[in-house]
Amino acid sequence: MTERIATTRTPAFEARLKKRYAAERRFKAIGLTAILFSIAVLVFLLATMTFNGIGGFQRVELRVPVDFAEAGIAVDPAAMQQPGALATLEAQGLRDVVQFYAQQELGEDAAEELGAQAWRDVAAAVIADPAILRSDVTFSLPASADLASGYESEGSQEMQALATRLAEQGQIEKNFDGGFLTRSDATNPQQVGIWGALKGSMLTMIVTLLLAFPIGVLAALYLEEYAPKNKWTDFIELSINNLAAVPSIIFGLLGLAVFLAVFPNLRSAPLIGGMTLALMTMPVIVISGRNAIKAVPPSIRDGALAVGASPVQVVFHHVLPLALPGILTGTIIGMARALGETAPLLMIGMRAFVATPPDDFTSPATVLPMQIFLWSDEIDRGFVERTSAAIIVLLLFLLVMNGLAIYLRNKFEKTW
Amino acid sequence: MTVVHDNLEKTEAKMSAKDVSVFYGDKKAIDEVSIDIPTEYVTAFIGPSGCGKSTFLRTLNRMNDTIPSARVEGEIALDGQDIYRSGMDVVQLRARVGMVFQKPNPFPKSIYENIAYGPKIHGLAEGKDELDAIVEKSLKRAGLWEEVKDRLQDSGTALSGGQQQRLCIARAIAVDPEVILMDEPCSALDPIATAKIEELIAELNGRYAIVIVTHSMQQAARVSQRTAFFHLGKMVEYGRTSDIFTNPHEKRTQDYITGRYG
Amino acid sequence: MHEHTVKAFDEDITRLRGLIAEMGGLSEAAIARSLEALVKGDDELADKVIKADKKIDALESEIDKLSVRIIALRAPMADDLREVIAALKIAGVVERIGDYSKNIAKASKEIGGNRKQFEPLTLLPAMAEVAAEMVHDVLTAYAARDAELAREVIATDEKVDAFYNSIFRNLVSHMVENPSTISSAAQMLFIARNLERIGDHATNVAEMVHFAATGNYPPDEDG
Repeated sequence: MTERIATTRTPAFEARLKKRYAAERRFKAIGLTAILFSIAVLVFLLATMTFNGIGGFQRVELRVPVDFAEAGIAVDPAAMQQPGALATLEAQGLRDVVQFYAQQELGEDAAEELGAQAWRDVAAAVIADPAILRSDVTFSLPASADLASGYESEGSQEMQALATRLAEQGQIEKNFDGGFLTRSDATNPQQVGIWGALKGSMLTMIVTLLLAFPIGVLAALYLEEYAPKNKWTDFIELSINNLAAVPSIIFGLLGLAVFLAVFPNLRSAPLIGGMTLALMTMPVIVISGRNAIKAVPPSIRDGALAVGASPVQVVFHHVLPLALPGILTGTIIGMARALGETAPLLMIGMRAFVATPPDDFTSPATVLPMQIFLWSDEIDRGFVERTSAAIIVLLLFLLVMNGLAIYLRNKFEKTW
Repeated sequence: MTVVHDNLEKTEAKMSAKDVSVFYGDKKAIDEVSIDIPTEYVTAFIGPSGCGKSTFLRTLNRMNDTIPSARVEGEIALDGQDIYRSGMDVVQLRARVGMVFQKPNPFPKSIYENIAYGPKIHGLAEGKDELDAIVEKSLKRAGLWEEVKDRLQDSGTALSGGQQQRLCIARAIAVDPEVILMDEPCSALDPIATAKIEELIAELNGRYAIVIVTHSMQQAARVSQRTAFFHLGKMVEYGRTSDIFTNPHEKRTQDYITGRYG
Repeated sequence: MHEHTVKAFDEDITRLRGLIAEMGGLSEAAIARSLEALVKGDDELADKVIKADKKIDALESEIDKLSVRIIALRAPMADDLREVIAALKIAGVVERIGDYSKNIAKASKEIGGNRKQFEPLTLLPAMAEVAAEMVHDVLTAYAARDAELAREVIATDEKVDAFYNSIFRNLVSHMVENPSTISSAAQMLFIARNLERIGDHATNVAEMVHFAATGNYPPDEDG
């Protein structure tokens, strides 16, 4: 009896097998390459941002020792707690005192380049702790924008030379600028802060969320659970899908035409900005909400109905909790997009220069991406680093927002 | 024309259907079926795939309402009252007529919550103690108490298939129904779990009117005392289970149960 | 008749009917041959009949096994179930019919002297023919699920009983007149009794056939 080669190992089969393995290896390699490429792009983006932006969290400062006791500034500590404290100090001549000591320490030409608002930092320290008036303290005060440029080896030759001389004497340095996160917009890059825009973004996002989420989710619930399947609902579905693809600037036009017509005084308020962005975000939430609701298996609904739950109870006790992870995912995507939008807010006037953070939803405000856009437009070289720093703040804000949403989503994630 | 055996004892009908027809759009799925469901006996519906037995079962608790194109004609009465009349509250009806489905579908909540949900929404318990008592009673009646009493907070979906189905039965029992409808409750279960469920049905017999749809004739023969054979939307024959399976009157019935069908 | 979806089920039922038919055929032949042995006084033939009974017994055992197997594996319902149960019972009865033929053959060997002097010797073959025909008909009725034919077989039992009564009277008066022939005459009585029993058993089979075919026993005619 001759040995039969098993039909699985003929030469033709071997050739096919090799081809198949090779194809699989290729496919895996392509996939891996795609992922690595994406990661590389991401890493490159983050590295570039960080590298450029680190400088934005610092500012050029001059060391100025102030001897308060000698200067003879006398104030009543109790008065320092009152609102008028700053005015009192100004009246006492604190400004000149600071200038005097700067001249003494750094020389006249350097003292000229002390930041115009530097004395306010000293005043703030005095208000915080009146006891220092009896001693002498060395302050690190912001330099002027010109000197800061000189320190960075840019700007006029004169400034650069001055900066070099001061650096040799150890009187000028670049320090971490915590105030960047607490101050608002200004014309001087040494004085700008991101807090105004950050608060503006927060307020706007709150308005957007409070409007888009409930309306979007309820709309999705109605369309999936209650609406009869006919031409009209098909048309609505088509319209919502198209809305999600509309360029964001159109929503700005809509906001301008409708919202500002109704509230003409609230130009550049977070309320109007939020409403405009809510219009833009809602279709995304509706679409992802509908998909999430569709994914809830009918067996759960049947089970609830069979136990005697009313349709409303089925929706809110069973369908919605199970659809929530998917809805939250859609919300994250929508909100992240809204956070980064500038075009629609341009149209409703949120591009104004706003020097103080907004008090409430109806005060003028700006948002982070808008601030970044405005700063990137500035001529002053000092704004470049600040712009990158603002971008980092924006990314961090996004991360925190997404992190919160992902946490919520995981909390609600259930298996069925 | 349905052939109803004439040797049946007179019983009081818990639910009765008269000339019930069900349409999906223009298609007639159930053709003028009349049957009485008593409390004393377990009634089985048998028949080949697509014969309408599940559709008819779902008319008894108005689950067909969830399908937009479905239309029901004829009269179905629970304790003499038409359940399709305009004043009838469907939510209340479904508390009185419970249903267990083919694939076990516990809620993705804890075991306790699964059972407690029904009584909560119907306001059957005042206070936690009463609710605990209802949960315990339902699980005991379903033969599941001993197995889960120490882990009531575990997820209902973490149980085995057979346990999940008994959980669903306990859930149906918790709202104190009068009728329990079972749509192929064992078709997704292994033989041991199936046997446990069949034993449970035997225990529940008499307390609730039970209707069971099944593909397995052996199961219908084991658990029921009355059997109805459905074919192409009509109820062909109805009689004592023992008679239907030893000496059916209708040739179609005989062909189906002896495996000469198709 | 509509076939079963599972062909093996049909094959099993066909085989069961075949075995019953074969068993029936053998027992019919046994009746005929035992009477032939009796009439001719052929002891050799009688021995053959006695030996052949073993085959009938073997068939009964085979039918038992097949029936149990069908019930376990096919879960027969309704008419199939009745047919299998009937087959089980019929096999037992036909086996007993075979035993009666064996006893007739044994009795035949015991008859000494001139058997031709016995008048019933001419009647017995006729009686046996009716009984054998009953057996034949009832097994035909089983194979065809013919309740009508089964009822006819039950009615025929009257004739067998009538035969038996007249043979009985005849033999008794013969024994009174010729006491020397008592032992042989007694054997003849036993033979007639066996034939009458065969008729009764055929009637039992007919009742089972009726039940298998219709689900009911035939209505009681005269007890």
